[in-house]
Parts: sequence; C-alpha cells; structure tokens
Amino acid sequence: MKLEKLETRYIPRTEPLFSGVGWAALGAFALVTLVILPLLYLLPAPDSPLHISAYTITLAGKILCYCIVAMAMNLIWGYTGILSLGHGVFFALGGYAFGMYLMRQIGREGQYQSDLPDFMVFLDWKAFPWFWTGSEHFLWSALLVILIPGVLALVFGFFAFRSRIKGVYFSIITQAMTFAFMLLFFRNDTGFGGNNGFTDFKRVLGFPITAPSTRAVIFAITALALIGVVFLTRFLIRSKVGRILTAIRDSESRLMFSGYNPLGYKLFVWTLSAVLCGIAGALYVPQVGIINPSEMSPANSIEIAVWVAVGGRGTLIGPLLGAGVVNGAKSYFTQTFPEYWLFFLGLLFILVTLFMPRGVIGLVSAIRRERK
Amino acid sequence: MKPISLLVALFVAIVFAATAHALDEQAAAGLGAEDVGARLEAINALVATGDEAALALLQAMQDGELNVTPSGRVVIVRDGKILNAITMATLEPVPEEIDSIVVNNRIRGALETAIGALKLFSPDRAVRLASAKAIESTSQTALLPLIEKAIAKESDRGIRESLQQTKAALDLKSSDPGVRLAAVTMLAQSKQGQVKNLLLALLEKDASGIYFEPDENVRAAAERSVDSIRYRLLISDYLARLFTGLSLGSILLLVALGLAITYGLLGVINMAHGEMLMIGAYATFVTQQLFKSYAPGLFDWYLVAAIPVAFAASALVGMVLERTVIRWLYGRPLETLLATWGISLFLIQSVRQIFGAQNVEVANPTWMSGGVELGNMVLPYNRIVIIAFSMFVLLMMWLMLSRTRLGLFVRGVTQNRMMASCVGVHTARVDLMAFGLGSGVAGLAGCALSQIGNVGPDLGQSYIIDSFMVVVLGGVGQLAGTVYAALGLGVLSKFLEPHIGAVLTKILVLVLIIAFIQRRPQGLFALKGRAVEA
Repeated sequence: MKLEKLETRYIPRTEPLFSGVGWAALGAFALVTLVILPLLYLLPAPDSPLHISAYTITLAGKILCYCIVAMAMNLIWGYTGILSLGHGVFFALGGYAFGMYLMRQIGREGQYQSDLPDFMVFLDWKAFPWFWTGSEHFLWSALLVILIPGVLALVFGFFAFRSRIKGVYFSIITQAMTFAFMLLFFRNDTGFGGNNGFTDFKRVLGFPITAPSTRAVIFAITALALIGVVFLTRFLIRSKVGRILTAIRDSESRLMFSGYNPLGYKLFVWTLSAVLCGIAGALYVPQVGIINPSEMSPANSIEIAVWVAVGGRGTLIGPLLGAGVVNGAKSYFTQTFPEYWLFFLGLLFILVTLFMPRGVIGLVSAIRRERK
Repeated sequence: MKPISLLVALFVAIVFAATAHALDEQAAAGLGAEDVGARLEAINALVATGDEAALALLQAMQDGELNVTPSGRVVIVRDGKILNAITMATLEPVPEEIDSIVVNNRIRGALETAIGALKLFSPDRAVRLASAKAIESTSQTALLPLIEKAIAKESDRGIRESLQQTKAALDLKSSDPGVRLAAVTMLAQSKQGQVKNLLLALLEKDASGIYFEPDENVRAAAERSVDSIRYRLLISDYLARLFTGLSLGSILLLVALGLAITYGLLGVINMAHGEMLMIGAYATFVTQQLFKSYAPGLFDWYLVAAIPVAFAASALVGMVLERTVIRWLYGRPLETLLATWGISLFLIQSVRQIFGAQNVEVANPTWMSGGVELGNMVLPYNRIVIIAFSMFVLLMMWLMLSRTRLGLFVRGVTQNRMMASCVGVHTARVDLMAFGLGSGVAGLAGCALSQIGNVGPDLGQSYIIDSFMVVVLGGVGQLAGTVYAALGLGVLSKFLEPHIGAVLTKILVLVLIIAFIQRRPQGLFALKGRAVEA
C-alpha cells in the first residue's frame, strides 16, 4: 500500500511563528471579528444598510464555533492522521455542561416557576440529580466544560490507543461511541432533558442572553477563542511534539522503531482536541439558544471531517476555510432548496476525496506551483 | 393412559351418547318460559347434556329463530317454514299463532358461553381445540359438569390436558379439601402465567391474618406447584430470548457478511453498505408491486422472485460504485470512509426523491405470517425463515469462497495482494467481483429485513453501526469470526435488554467490545502472519 504524502516541511527554529502575511491576516481577522462586526451589529439603526441583523451575527458566531471544532479535528486528523467520528459528542458534552449553568440561571422564571428546570418539573423530578451539583456556579460549569470531554477522551483514548486500535477501526469505534451517547441523551431519565435538551435560556452571568450587547460580547469571545486556537495549533505543530505527531501520521511503525512510544502523544493530542471541541460547544449554546441530542448524531460528527477535508487537512487555514464554506453553503441550501442539500453534501464528500485530497489549500498551492 | 381408565372413558362415552338422545321437547320448552331465570336454567340444562342437537337449538336461539306457540311448544322459524325444535322436521299442521322468544343481554351472554362450551363436543378437532382454549380462563363453576363430560369423551391428548387444567382451576373453589389438593397438584403442569397468580392467591392471608386456603396440605402443595410453574416459565422465557437473540444475530450476520468481505479484501469500510440493504429492500418492494399489478395469482411467491432481484440490484449498484469511486481511493482507507459516507447520503436522498420520504409497505406472503406455538411462546414464521435464509446464504458464501475459482482468488488477494498479483491474479477484477458480491449479500439482507421491519430511506442506518461492531469483534478474513460475533452479539443483546433496557445494552456491548479488543486487538479470529500489518 502506498503511503499518503502530506506536507511535512521542516520549519527552522529561528523562523517567526507566522510570516508577515500571516500576522497581517490574523490582525485583519481580529479587527473584523472583534471590532467591526460587533460594532456594525450594535451601533447603526436597524434600517441602515450598514446594520447586520441578530440572525447574521448568530450565524457568524455559530460558524466561528464550527471553525474551532474544525481546528480541533485538524489536530487529530490532519496532523496526527487519526480520523475521529466522535467529535460531535465532545462538542455536545461541552454544550451540555455549560447548558446546565444556563438552565440554573433561568431561576424561577420557567413556565412552572420552580427552582428546577421545566423539563424536570414535567418529568416529576423532586431534586437535582447529583451531577447537577454546583452547576449554578459559573466557574465550576466552565471547569466541567473542559473536564467532561477531557476525561471521557482520556479514558476512551487510553483503552483504544493502548490496544493499538487505529485507522478505520478507531473511526468505527468512535462512531459507535457517538451513537451510544446519542441514544443515552435521547432518554428522558438521564436528567438532560431528553430529546428537547436544554433551551429557553434567560441570562448568562446575570446579563440577559438575547440582549444585543450580550450577543456581541459572546461573539467576540468566540472569535478570541478561535484566534487562541490558531496560535496554539501553530505553536504545537512547530514544537518537537508536533513533529512527532506528524510522524505518527506518516509512519507510526517507523516512529516506534526509532524508540518512541506513540501512546502518550496520541493521548495528549486526542484529549486536547476533545477539550477544544467542548469549549466550542460551550460557546455555541448561548448563541444558538438550544442544545439537544441531535447534535450528537453520527452524521454531525462525520460532517466535521468533511469541513476539514474541503479546506485542506494538515494546514492551518484550510479547516477554517472549510468550516466557513461548507456551513455557509449549508445555511444557503437548507433555506433555498432543502431537498438538494444532501445531494450537495454527498457529492462534496465524494468529489473532495477523489479530486482534491488536500482540499482547497492543496489545490491553490498546486496551481501556484504550476505557474512557477 | 391405563387400559382400565380407557375402558371407563369408553363406558362413560357410551352412556352419554345414549343419554344424548334423551334431549326432547320437554328440555326445549324451558327456553320459551316467561321468566328469564327459568330460561337461563333451561340453557344450563341443555349445556349439561353436551348434545349436538342442543348446540343447534342454542344457536337457533342466538340467531333469534326460536318462537313459542301459545301452548308453550318451542319451534324454529327458518326460511319462512316452521320446524320442530328437536327433529328439524317441518311442522304439520302449522300452528296458528307464534311469538318470538326475546334474547336479552343476560341471556345472550349465557348463550355465548354455552355455545362455546358445547363446541367441546364437536367432531372437528380444530373446533374442539378452539373451544377448549376459549374457556381456558373461565371462572364459571357452572361449566364444571360439562367440562368433566368433555374430558371423559375427549380423545385428543392435548385438548384433554387443556380441559383438565381448566377443571383444576375451577376445582380450586371446591369446598372439599381433597378436590382442592388434587386440583393444586394438577395445576403444577400449567403453562399459563396467570395460573401462578391463582395459586399465589391461595397462599395469601386476609386482613385478619387467616389464610385464604384453610387446609395446610393444600397450601404446601400450592407452594410446590407455584415453584414448578415458575421454573417452567423461566425456562421458556430464556428459550424465547435465545430465539429472538438468534433472530437478531442472523440479521446481523447477513448484514455483516458482505461488510466483512469488502473490508477483509480491500481494507475499506464501506459506509454505504447500509444503503445496499436499503436498495435490496426497495428492490423487494418494487418486485412486490410488479407482482401485484401483473401476476396477482402468484403474489404469495413474489418473495422468491425478489431474492435474485434484490441481489442483482445491490450488486449492480455496488459494482458501479467500485468502478467509479472506490477504485480510485485504494490505499487511503480513511478517505474511502468519507467518500462512501457521501455515497450513502446521495443514495438516501435519491431514494427519497423517487419513492418519497415515507416508509413503503412490504407485505409478508401468507405462508410467512403466523407462527409455531411452542409452550407459551410463539415463534413467528418470518423470523424462522430469516434464520434459515441467513444460514443458507452463509452456506452459499462458504461454498463460493472455498470451492470456486473466484473464491480462491478472493482469499489469495485478501492474504497478500502483491503476491497474488505477481502470480497472475487480475486483482482489479477480483476487487470488482468481491465488491459486487458483498453488496449483493447486503441486498439479500435488505430483502430479509423488508419482511420484519419498516422499509424506508433510513433503513440502512439503523443496522450499520451494529454490523460494524460485528466486523470489529469478529475480525476479518474468516467467515467463522463473523458468524460467532454476529450470533454472540445478537444473543447477548437480547439477554441483556430485559434487565437494563435497549440503550444501556448498546452502551454495555460497546464497552465489552472495547474491553475485548484490549486482549485480542485483531478480533476473535485474527489472520496470522504478515497480512495483519499490511
């Protein structure tokens, strides 16, 4: 079998973290997402041509969250060569962890005017189940956002990587995990609201959640988080650990013959990736206003892979591009002709893997090379 | 049966045959009485005779054909003629004035029970069996004499046992401790869960702490009987679970067989495999519709025709996919996974566009509906047929792999593609054929699934993850691994489900598989040698 060759250029230590163009692009991105978009949303009057609607800013915020997920997927698949079909679960778990806090913030303003969330009253719960303990504290919930996906990934990854499950086997096992979690969360008796999930949030940290200023701030935080993830990825990939990760991707057996034990490295990047997904999920929930088990469906997880594939895996901006383009197309298609979205998505999967194995970025660099 | 009791039975039968003729107009006259109570008594008296003529008379009463003359003579009015109620001969001279006998609700109820019970004496075994089943859970002690008569007359062992059980259940109300003791002992052989409750009721105390059953010996016997019923129910419960487990396992086997071949040969996980099932099921649906419109007389045999159609349809789609997409991705298993997922989305949406998003209806042929009754459980024919069918497919697959040239090539390429190619095997063609074969078998699975579940665009999605688990657990390259894993997972799931529910079962099975892989990373039956790390 032929090995797949992805770009693994040696980057000298002395080279700066980003090139001049890179810094400029990052600066521009930060300017647009942190200043211009929030201001355009907040300041101009609703009928002004410069004004952007709440729908648009929510959509943009959603896509930024997906970009973080794509970056996380890129770490594990693009750089380390492990295809996870379970990232949707980590994303949703992060969302649920933060959703618990948002549910507690509703207080007595729910339909039943009870301290318990509406669905618990509805299902005749008398008290909070034990895992809701402390969920009224923001800091504890924020910790849970990191801990829950992190611990799950650590345990799952330890057993999977220890027995050297790799390639499609690993993908299939993660998909089965996703499926099992989805079924679990669809149940009413687990204390997570069954198939309705969490919704009807009122406020976060005391601020009303639908107020424009709150929306703008959460959007800006999401953008900041994404920028942070880009820095982290760049830093990680250029480090020695990053070189080992790409070595795992390109030839794991050769790496083992050189005396490395890949277990720790795989486990590290897998857990990190899961935690990033969880954070993205936590940022997603207050913007979209709902989290339910359909986020855990196996189809969602596999879609994440196609974002990365479309943009170009193993590159820094490819996943961002992919997540943006595919999700932009999705909201366009599902509004204009919903029945063709699956055709489009299916063809995208097929055509990208057949004709653009390295995504848009690969295509662009191939064209550039031709010109030279 | 001992000869002596046979003799007694014979004697009793003769006596009753003789007394049966004793049914005369006197007995019938009671039916025309003014008083409802008297009429009910007359009905009971007629039932006690156990006579065929009594049955005919009561049925005539139920149909509102009975009339009474001013002199109190009961006659039947049928087709404009007036008949003698017993002999059914046309009456001469015609009575001048007749009144119809009113059947009110109370009498109608009594009539229904009476007619049902009288059918115990029908010459037709099936009618007697149905009647015995119908009165199985009766609580009317009035039926006791009739049941006793029927037991004495009954020649069929199964029906007699059923009647004896019914009698025993009624005997529990007897005032004679000896009769109750015999009844309780008899009920130990009962196959019914409710009899257990009946016996348990005897063992309970009322509010003042006195047992409902005063006799100590009867209580002790009841306890023994309850235990023995409980034990028997437990065994049949486990047998039922084993059966549904095997049924699920055989379906998983059908689904996973094709998957194991393509994965073993090409190292490719075909995410569109579930959609091959769906195509097979829809091919069955189309065949059914064609039979409905063009050969309604042969409708019962459409399924036989659907089997090759389903195989061909899925195999064709599979081969086209291999040629156009999957071939170009060999050596890139993860990308193949994504591409085949894309294919599956595409196929699902195509089917939605053609057949609509709703489920389509695929009917069972008449010879597949119903089931075999075994103790107190019913094994549906369609499940039995599917188990047999999957064994048949397995046999065919094994013959194909071990006895044909193509099978030899498939095994060769699975073990060492490079070497097979070097000795002149046209590996690309083997890939194509094997992919077609795997998809075709999935089509067969779809055809089978159409007989037990809904056929809709999402059909494949619900089975695919479980069948992946079978492949992961069973390993690839050998049929045995797939067989053991499929049947094992099926039976395990069905044994766990009643205790912890379907969802937790899925999770637990996943955990068990991961735990299992810790010890045997390559599945149950791993290929040995270099092929493993290829």
